Amino acid sequence: MTITDYERAPTVSTGDGNRALAERLQRIWETEPGLKGWLSTVDHKEIGLRYIFTAFAFLVLGGVEALIFRVQLAQPNEHLLTPEQYDQMFTMHGMTMIFLYAGPILSGFSNYLWPLLLGARDMALPRLNALSYWIYLFAGLFLYAAFAIGFGPNDGWFNYVPYAARAYNNGPNIDFYSLGMILLGISTTVGAINFVVTFMRMRAPGMSINRVPILVWGTLTASVANIFAIPAVSLAFFLLWMDRNIGTHFFDVPAGGQPLLWQHLFWMFGHPWVYAIVLPAMGMVSDGLPVFCRRPIVGYSAVALSTVATMVLGFGVWVHHMFATGLPTISLSFFSAASIIIAVPSAVGVFAWLATIWTGKPVFTTAFMFFASFIMLFTIGGVSGFMTGSVPVDWQLTDTYFVVAHIHYVLIGINVFPVAGAVYFWFPKFTGRMMDERLGRWNFWTMFIGFNLGFFPMHISGLLGMPRRVYTYADGMGWDTLNLITTIGSFVFGIGVLMLIWNVAISYRRGRPAGDNPWDAPTLEWATSSPPPPYNFLVIPTVQSRHPLWEERLNEQPKDQRSYPHAGLVLEQGKEAIGTTPLDAQPDIILKMPGDSPAPLIFAISLTVIFVGLLITTWWLVALAALATAATMIGWLWPERKLGETAEPAVHG
Amino acid sequence: MIPHWATNATFEGVFAASPVQTVSPLSYLISSGAKADHVLPLTWGVLAVSVAVVAIISILLIGAIWHRPGFALAATTLPVERPSSGLNWLWIGVSLSTLALLATIVWTVKVLADVAAPPSKPSFTIEITAHQWWWGVRYLSADTSQSFTTANEIHIPAGTPVQFRLVSSDVIHSFWIPALTGKTDVIPGQTNEMWFDAKAPGIYRGQCTEYCGLEHAKMQMLVVADTPADFAAWRAHQLQSPAPPAGYAIAGQQSFGTYCGSCHTVRGTDAAGSLGPDLSHLMQRHTLAAGIIANTPQNLADWIADPQAVKPGNLMQRPEISTAELSRIRAYLQTLN
Amino acid sequence: MAERVAIETRLPVGAIDTRASGWWAMIFTVFTESALFAYLLFNYYYLAVQPHLPDTFPQGGMPSLTLALPNTIILLASSGAMAWAQLNIERDDNRRLILGLAAATVLGVIFLVIQYFEWEQKPFTLSSTPYSSLYFTITGFHMAHVVAGVGMLTTVLVWSALGYFNRVRYAPIHIAALYWHFVDVVWLAVFFTFYITPLLGLHG
Ligand code: HEA
Ligand code: HEA
Ligand code: HEC
Ligand code: CUA
Ligand SMILES: [Cu+2]
Repeated sequence: MTITDYERAPTVSTGDGNRALAERLQRIWETEPGLKGWLSTVDHKEIGLRYIFTAFAFLVLGGVEALIFRVQLAQPNEHLLTPEQYDQMFTMHGMTMIFLYAGPILSGFSNYLWPLLLGARDMALPRLNALSYWIYLFAGLFLYAAFAIGFGPNDGWFNYVPYAARAYNNGPNIDFYSLGMILLGISTTVGAINFVVTFMRMRAPGMSINRVPILVWGTLTASVANIFAIPAVSLAFFLLWMDRNIGTHFFDVPAGGQPLLWQHLFWMFGHPWVYAIVLPAMGMVSDGLPVFCRRPIVGYSAVALSTVATMVLGFGVWVHHMFATGLPTISLSFFSAASIIIAVPSAVGVFAWLATIWTGKPVFTTAFMFFASFIMLFTIGGVSGFMTGSVPVDWQLTDTYFVVAHIHYVLIGINVFPVAGAVYFWFPKFTGRMMDERLGRWNFWTMFIGFNLGFFPMHISGLLGMPRRVYTYADGMGWDTLNLITTIGSFVFGIGVLMLIWNVAISYRRGRPAGDNPWDAPTLEWATSSPPPPYNFLVIPTVQSRHPLWEERLNEQPKDQRSYPHAGLVLEQGKEAIGTTPLDAQPDIILKMPGDSPAPLIFAISLTVIFVGLLITTWWLVALAALATAATMIGWLWPERKLGETAEPAVHG
Repeated sequence: MIPHWATNATFEGVFAASPVQTVSPLSYLISSGAKADHVLPLTWGVLAVSVAVVAIISILLIGAIWHRPGFALAATTLPVERPSSGLNWLWIGVSLSTLALLATIVWTVKVLADVAAPPSKPSFTIEITAHQWWWGVRYLSADTSQSFTTANEIHIPAGTPVQFRLVSSDVIHSFWIPALTGKTDVIPGQTNEMWFDAKAPGIYRGQCTEYCGLEHAKMQMLVVADTPADFAAWRAHQLQSPAPPAGYAIAGQQSFGTYCGSCHTVRGTDAAGSLGPDLSHLMQRHTLAAGIIANTPQNLADWIADPQAVKPGNLMQRPEISTAELSRIRAYLQTLN
Repeated sequence: MAERVAIETRLPVGAIDTRASGWWAMIFTVFTESALFAYLLFNYYYLAVQPHLPDTFPQGGMPSLTLALPNTIILLASSGAMAWAQLNIERDDNRRLILGLAAATVLGVIFLVIQYFEWEQKPFTLSSTPYSSLYFTITGFHMAHVVAGVGMLTTVLVWSALGYFNRVRYAPIHIAALYWHFVDVVWLAVFFTFYITPLLGLHG
């Protein structure tokens, strides 16, 4: 046997109107109907939508928690919640929003969109994709199970020791949190690896790295960061779990352990993570905003590079969460300077977006309004971060509502607002229907006004000294009115979020048909039908610029160097995709893609059982589930002829 | 209902004479000490830069949206073109921002250096021991007979810097007196040192600002800056044991020893516990239970009758004793001047 | 329709050498695992520079090299055997592939056994001091990786015996090898940290 026995010259076609091809691909790619198909699908679009749906459910849960404790805080000396209930409530809120909403929602969009943006038929590792979703779901349920039985995590989302140690926190609360976070970390890592490999291997022929949409840069950067950052937090939680359950002494002060070790490990992860949950969202704006300005984004390369630069610098600023811990002045100065200078790449983004609007012709859609308002909210959230970046100022600001204002302006401003815009922007692609623009306008203004009404006053209550994480406060502190306004604004904002959900629900049934490209947008996802067929593209597109669908009008390239969004490789001999080289995206290999499989679900279940076993410290259960997990893995990876993994040449068909 | 200290007559007027402090006692937008004086201009400075940046960006954004007459509602009706590269925006915007950022770094580092050491050598050191959810305060002296312990209320002489050692007996807390000094975390297994001073006599509020459990919200304290003479008098008084009780209160002292002495210390008596605040000169303090209620007879009675109602979850359990005994104990406590 | 030809070359189909998606996935898995060990060792160095009670860092005096050094060599030899196996499948020599894999696996198991005795000998337990916690946790993490690696090697050994591989289709061998070499290299970092740095003066 030589390599040539395993080769094939793929045919090339325009694919247009080729019904037979469409039917053939449909048969090869579609998921079998019914429960079995539903549980075993590996279609990135289905998985993406599941991510989005689940993350929204968690947004509502976290939001309801927030609204409940906002009622408690509306006036001084309220008694709606006991201190213990309040503590679990704000911890669940932070944890839910940061880990179960903000990260996964972006994974959802990227999962759905990446292969479409890249001109690919699926993610590089479809079964891992399904796996990462299932683990995410089970980790979320695991964490909420704790809350449901009254033992929710109660030490804030960053869970400082020694309050999280057995000596001060004897219930199972923190064990749930530790194990749930490790489980969730596995999901995120698996997802991140999938994105990076997809980026390296699955771009359509010709889509060299300077031609990928910014959203891809955002998710790629976030994923690479996750690959390096997640182990820190998983490890921290694992060490904590050991301290609590099997007597190690990492954080145990009387025995010589170090509380600050926890803080270092947590924030070495935590700061990269907060960027990981906004960079893809910024990418959405960078791709969506120009569509409504009728011009390509200003400074593509600068914006792409600033995305990466933010993350690189982002690995060197974690100590700004520890400015008050008594570190030496020299190290404070260093991390202070780094935290302030990190605003430079953000400035690149801000001015690029502004210039795009200024030199373009803004189109007033709801999506545009969400994207444009994001610029302002990001600036407000960014400058409050800049203020806390200055150490002596942070000694005053830290752990007050000023920081609470900062995190909501950045998280809601740079995550929720772009996500809402993205829903309006891509919903037509997801469903083939337009969202209601009139309701959209109401939706935008309710969210925008509610948000600012609710969260802007937090800056002031922070400056007036209101500490965070207090279950109540006394009157006469000068915070009463501000808190009342905040609570009212929170509810208005909550209604705005409901309007978004409502609009999605009614548009899904009654929306105007969208067509392939309702916004006349330039990127490849708009080159296929809405919703896209299971195989995404009839033939694999060939790409020669950043905006394949605008090339003719921009007229920036010679005619013979243009993209072919509808012409290219025909891969129809089984479930196939094209693998391309990492930098230039030259065709490299025809990949055999795995079909639907229940293995990811089974794997996720047995993995979750391991964690249940650890939770109840029942070692035989852990051992049994570990064996089941290993067996599933071996079965999953068993070389298949159909996938071209064994010595016989692959069968076709 | 919990009566609030700020509305209580004993407090009015004792605050530092700044309007912000009376309206909003934890605000740090007014400084009352040399250390805070270094930091406050920087705070206003970065705030001003921030407000300016937000204003500029907002104006540019609104201008960008509206500077073209008439706009479309449907994307497909407008042609696509690249009218200009727009890169000038990046050059100008990013360079100006960078200048502002670099200037801030320089200013930050300067302030850091300024506050690293006190202007003159501190005259003495106070050791603060943070507990879930109260503060132990010990005045250190080379001559141990001149050291003494109190709680939740720190007296310092106005006009001179004082050195602080911060230690924790359990979890992480954070020490913060907004008008005088920013936060320093109090971390078990580690001793953090810092200093601050108060320019003028007055009462300044403080608060624990690292989440430390159920009653983190109600872990507060007072700093009382006295004139040097007053401080000397206060100190001399603190060094003495309280006068022995008389009459009705004698029985109270006995009950106190039985029910309370395992946690509380009253110097000169058998009560020598250390799980709760030192009560030797309780009546000298303005507040009870770590700064959350005024030290009035009624509040004291409420507190010892049911501390959990006042501060749910705090580590002093409701004593299982008769009201008669409780009132004897209270009478005794009121002799602790 | 041939006027829009994008490429005309022949392309390999299916899992081929380092072009298989699984190989890329393993590369990034190794990255994240390396980060994990970096953080583990960060714990060691962080705690090492804090004040300690005398003789608790390292606990029980300088760690002995009697077992650890030979064991390191055994693990490196195992990596060598693996490399030899990789070389042979590229030459289409299935028999030597199996031989190499078997040798690598056996050496891996020997490493585990010796490591077990090394653990037995330690005069402390997991819960004695921060040092002992570090020692057993970090070497334990590494052991778990060796166990996983041995599992992988055994699996590809079975697959090789079933004749699944030849000079073109051998991606799983390279993927398992990548992991195995990583497990070996990371041991050097662990070994250096626990057994060498105290000799270089990092102890309290
Ligand atoms: C969602 C993501 C997100 C983002 C993007 C940021 C962005 C930034 N953050 Fe934020 N941060 C959080 C999420 C985020 N943060 C969270 C969740 C916490 C709290 C954790 C907790 O305690 O619970 C936190 C806490 C936090 C702290 C600790 C506060 C404390 O606890 O005391 C600090 C301190 O330096 C900080 C700094 C910064 C800085 C400098 C930026 C910068 O990246 C911002 C840069 C952007 C701009 C500055 C705006 C655009 C720039 C221009 C228009 C140019 C001109 C600007 C100037 C001249 C200033 N953040
Ligand atoms: C993406 C992240 C994210 C998001 C979206 C939010 C959203 C909100 N947050 Fe959150 N918040 C955090 C991340 C986030 N938060 C983090 C990380 C912390 C720190 C936690 C810690 O200290 O450990 C925090 C802490 C925090 C605090 C400080 C608590 C404390 O320190 O004691 C407060 C206080 O007001 C608050 C309020 C709110 C409110 C009112 C919303 C609102 O936006 C919620 C809006 C409501 C919804 C989205 C629900 C949808 C609406 C309905 C279901 C209908 C409800 C019904 C009616 C309106 C009638 N948050
Ligand atoms: C289990 C230990 C314990 C016992 C027994 C106990 N206390 Fe306390 N006490 C505490 C603690 C802890 C606090 C601090 C509570 C807080 O502010 O969170 C406290 C606070 C107080 C205070 C307020 C002190 C201050 O500085 O504000 C008074 C007064 C007091 N106790 C009186 C009593 C009396 C009287 C008794 C006996 C009837 C008693 N205590 C029994 C632990 C105890
Ligand atoms: Cu002590 Cu918060
Ligand atoms: Cu940060």
